[in-house]
Amino acid sequence: MNTDTLQVVYERPAALLPVVTHYCPGCTHGVVHRLVAEVLDELGIRDITIGVASVGCSVFAYNYFDCDFAQAPHGRAPAMATGVKRVHPDRIVFTYQGDGDLAAIGTAEIVHAATRGENITVIFVNNGVYGMTGGQMAPTTLPGMRTTSSPSGRDVGTMGYPVRMSELLSQLDGPAYIVRRAVHEPGHIHRARRAIKTAFQVQQHAMGFSMVELLSTCPVNWNLTPSESLKVVEEQMIPYFPLGDFKVAAGVKELSDEHPSRQAQPAETAVIGKARSPIFGKATAGVFGR
Amino acid sequence: MTKELWKGNEAIAEAAVRGGLEAYFGYPITPQTELLEYLAKRMPGLKRVFLQAESELAAINMVYGAAAGGARAMTSSSSPGFSLMQEGLSYIAASNVPCVLVDMMRGGPGLGNILPTQGDYFQLTKGGGHGDYHPLVLAPASVQEAADLTYGAFELAERYRTIVIIAADGNIGQMMEPVDMPPMRAIPRRDRGWELSGARNRPRRIISSLYLQGEELERLNQRLQATMAEIETREVRYAESQTADADLLVVAFGSAARIAQSAIKDARARGAKVGLFRPITLWPFPTDRLRALAQTIKQVLVVELNAGQMVQDVRLAVGAAASVEFFGRMGGVVPMPDEVLARIVSAMPSASFDRDHPWAIAR
Ligand SMILES: Cc1ncc(C[n+]2csc(CCOP(=O)(O)OP(=O)(O)O)c2C)c(N)n1
Ligand code: SF4
Repeated sequence: MNTDTLQVVYERPAALLPVVTHYCPGCTHGVVHRLVAEVLDELGIRDITIGVASVGCSVFAYNYFDCDFAQAPHGRAPAMATGVKRVHPDRIVFTYQGDGDLAAIGTAEIVHAATRGENITVIFVNNGVYGMTGGQMAPTTLPGMRTTSSPSGRDVGTMGYPVRMSELLSQLDGPAYIVRRAVHEPGHIHRARRAIKTAFQVQQHAMGFSMVELLSTCPVNWNLTPSESLKVVEEQMIPYFPLGDFKVAAGVKELSDEHPSRQAQPAETAVIGKARSPIFGKATAGVFGR
Repeated sequence: MTKELWKGNEAIAEAAVRGGLEAYFGYPITPQTELLEYLAKRMPGLKRVFLQAESELAAINMVYGAAAGGARAMTSSSSPGFSLMQEGLSYIAASNVPCVLVDMMRGGPGLGNILPTQGDYFQLTKGGGHGDYHPLVLAPASVQEAADLTYGAFELAERYRTIVIIAADGNIGQMMEPVDMPPMRAIPRRDRGWELSGARNRPRRIISSLYLQGEELERLNQRLQATMAEIETREVRYAESQTADADLLVVAFGSAARIAQSAIKDARARGAKVGLFRPITLWPFPTDRLRALAQTIKQVLVVELNAGQMVQDVRLAVGAAASVEFFGRMGGVVPMPDEVLARIVSAMPSASFDRDHPWAIAR
């Protein structure tokens, strides 16, 4: 074999430390970590970046990224990041939050950081459950989905509907860039990576609040194999949480290689309540007509 | 230096600015709102950070972030808002991040009212958030003292990488008094070796309060306890007056001490030997000095604007050396000096009063 012609095509991003993560096998938190690290490398911003970890399975994110990191109380990462960014306006500040963290206990903090147009980047990992505490219902748990705290499936009549954070936040004037992507399959992972890069570029250009929501898996708490979980993202989650660009401020397209070279998926109308898979109980009858 | 008339809340705000405040985050609540309003005007002109948060929860976490970023950060609130900050304070304490808070106490529990009380004493001094920690708590009794303590609070916070709380109440916040405002101090620009600023040319840094292993977390706690022990030996502050010959010692802090001072003046005018002991640090509590005083004093009267909170620390200090009585009003009712005087009179042996004094009170 002629090693002179060998090229490195795949290696660990420098921004990701060479340590073993604690994530469960098949968990896509690891994929998202890699994407963020690649973007930090590509943009050359690792050494001016300050991350803010949330509470959830990603609580140890600070052990994996080779940059300064703070660990926030549950849900408060956007507030903490606001404090960091306000005193370091020339640094890149990002939060890494789960759906329990961002869409339940920390709803006020994310809404107001977005509304202020806080110049931070939010990496929002939506796996539809509270992973760290053992798979309880999250605000993003799909209708009919069984969790340890919705043992007969989420009944929207008593437990309410899942919250679509990207759609919700995109209604505000503050955000510059809000998109939803998924990380269950290579094509989608590439699109997710480009979105993450755009989100950091938005911050580099001081254009305001940016968030990438990533549909992610939790095989352990979904009681599925990793590959079954990936299918659930495709078949159950995407219909309820449509992928797409929910807010792209003027000027964002020009600075990113995401547009228009590759078309981002348009936001589709959500198909609600069709979900069925091993993790779903019987879809609660009649709930969508109330 | 010429004295100027300052309102308490605004004096604290200006003193914080002069003491090097770089980033303020707050949320309106009476009776401290003027502090926030003053800084809204003052900070932008100095190119420093002012931000009105969406809640006290957010405000304290913004302080956490800014302080983790190495800035001199502060928030202020009053009792119900201060309760909301306890989560953040516990994290800040665990992370060894310095910051300054102002609690302008008001009537509680619950929404209570906006009148001055000292009902947060337990929460302030015993640690309102979870876990073992104590913030350093400074209790001014005048607007001048409030300004002076705030001015020095950032350096104190940084020396120990701890939380410093200015514990005052609606009286101090709302009243106007002449103040000798300290001079503008330059903000130190330095890397203290722990702050987050991006890992350029150095290894990355982490600010976290998560320690999954028991032994590891115990070590953190031991470090925190060691720092607190150091604060206890070095930072105890108190004021006393007319204690040398006193038969009865009034112990009071903050604005309760001001009222007690008037009562003591009247008592002295009647020949009663009454002194005042005023803790300035509520934590660390001036236990040793109070214990020493108790050896020569027969009676102690503790006066507070609450149901009796500091009195527990006084009893611990005094032990069996003297009898300790308590007088307090709650709900924002501020006692008149005469009420305190009546308590002094009833606590003292009648022989110690000049019955013929023209001001002798009819009892
Ligand atoms: C104040 C507070 N309440 C509750 C918890 C317990 N808790 C830890 S992680 C978590 C849920 C996290 O879920 P999510 O944000 O969806 O992240 P995931 O673990 O799924 O990645 C909860 C409720 C906590 N640490 N602090
Ligand atoms: S519990 Fe779920 S979210 Fe957490 S690491 Fe495991 S698979 Fe991932």
